[in-house]
Amino acid sequence: MNQVLNIFKREIASYFATPVAYVFIVIFLILAGAFTFYLGPAGFYERNQADLLPFFNFHPWLYLFLVPAISMRLWAEERKSGTIELLLTLPVTMFEAVLGKFLAAWAFCAIALVLTFPIWISVNYLGDPDNGVILASYLGSLLMAGGFLAIGSCISGATRNQVVAFILTVVVCFGFLLSGIPLVLDAFRGWLPQALVDAIASLSFMTHFGAIAKGVVDLRDLLFFAMVIGFWLVANAIVIDLKKAD
Amino acid sequence: MIEIKNLTKQFGNLTAVDDLTFTVPEGQVLGFLGPNGAGKSTTMKMIAGFLTPTSGTISVCGFDTETHPLEAKRTMGYLPEGAPGYGEMTAWQFLSFVADVRGLKGEHRKRRTDEVVEQLHLGKVLHQSIETLSKGFRRRVGLAQALIHDPKVLILDEPTDGLDPNQKHEVRELIAHLSRDKIVIISTHILEEVEAVCDRAIIIASGRLLADATPEELEAKSVYHNAVTLAVSELDDAVEAVSQLSDVLKVEVARESRRLIAIPRAGRAPYAAIAELSREKGWRVDELAVERGRLDEVFRQITMGTEGSGGRT
Repeated sequence: MNQVLNIFKREIASYFATPVAYVFIVIFLILAGAFTFYLGPAGFYERNQADLLPFFNFHPWLYLFLVPAISMRLWAEERKSGTIELLLTLPVTMFEAVLGKFLAAWAFCAIALVLTFPIWISVNYLGDPDNGVILASYLGSLLMAGGFLAIGSCISGATRNQVVAFILTVVVCFGFLLSGIPLVLDAFRGWLPQALVDAIASLSFMTHFGAIAKGVVDLRDLLFFAMVIGFWLVANAIVIDLKKAD
Repeated sequence: MIEIKNLTKQFGNLTAVDDLTFTVPEGQVLGFLGPNGAGKSTTMKMIAGFLTPTSGTISVCGFDTETHPLEAKRTMGYLPEGAPGYGEMTAWQFLSFVADVRGLKGEHRKRRTDEVVEQLHLGKVLHQSIETLSKGFRRRVGLAQALIHDPKVLILDEPTDGLDPNQKHEVRELIAHLSRDKIVIISTHILEEVEAVCDRAIIIASGRLLADATPEELEAKSVYHNAVTLAVSELDDAVEAVSQLSDVLKVEVARESRRLIAIPRAGRAPYAAIAELSREKGWRVDELAVERGRLDEVFRQITMGTEGSGGRT
């Protein structure tokens, strides 16, 4: 666990040693704010309700493009610069390395998310929102970011090209998002047994995030994200082990 | 002690390392020689624990690199080819990271860090980010991280590649002065380096072990071993007379520098006879010297002779 911490510290410091961190945080905050107030069927003010639903509704779509931008460099860069050889010949296990890097990226997302606090202050100033629901939504959003990151980390481990990693991650994440919306489910409903349609729907990040964002913190939704993250990180370790020589 | 048994590594159809077996005792500096693509780096990556062998075993200080990878890695310092480093970190941050992961603590950590900074003259660039460093400094930072935990075993993949002659000299001095109970394996294709620092040289090509000897023994395999160079004013007479000597196989002539090189028959040393001859004839001798042998020529002879067929050891 000590080694996970060492790797975590190195990674998180490296985000802030380059413009990556600042560019990401600024873009994330601008887009999150702009979407909340200007996009969607009803904007933040027009709804006349003191909640942050218009804010959290856009998180899946923001993450779809911003999270792969973080995850693409996780392993592809190590592979490209050759530091992967250095890292994996230090006395750390593969899983410590994967976990340390993932947790650093996740903590970084958490920092960006925490920095959206002015919007929470605004809504509390304007009205009397249910802060429990807001807290649950933040938790759901963070879990969803973790799911995307784990997918991205695994894909980044399979290539030395960051652009390839970015595009593939966007596509896979898009699949996980879409699997819950009627557009996709209706296409299957006609010819697949209901059980399989439900299975596809149950993989949807949107459904699980939506449930948590309503303020219902169900253990099953939490477990879903935990399992998604666990599955993709194990796959990540296996992929790197198999493709070390490339 | 490092024990390597029947080590083989295949990438698809390509056999990069083919049934290597050797041991390295404590205190030895082993030079790993071979043409590019011979399998030097692949072998070192397997010893360092980065790649997994297709078959065969590696044991480092009693730890099998496959069954006890962490213990084996703790005993080793490794400089990968090209000395990679995290570009955005400063040399100091990078060394601190490695010291942390290596589990160095407190006073010991501080002393070791200061020592490697001193040994590799990193003081001036300590707070510069690694991506802004020159090739020579990057290599030295790489060496520093390999040395920081004072490892029993050092695996250095082309440690002097890209350094200028002064830096090369410094790195060789450093390797030569490492304490005597360490094992050092360095790969190189610079033959003078083998003469300068190694106790033993292993030559591989196409993944096979072709020679395993001390640099002196390798030199003795050269046709120039014990050859005599003679620079003399009466060159034509000398060529004539020296060719007649029974120890001399043939004579090479370099007219511009008024020199001849007498190549001995196998196992003979014609120096005394040639010295005697020139005194007898009363030649005006400018130079009379014995050669130890030419490693580059031995290297070519060993690695070219087996290309394709592969069989001589």
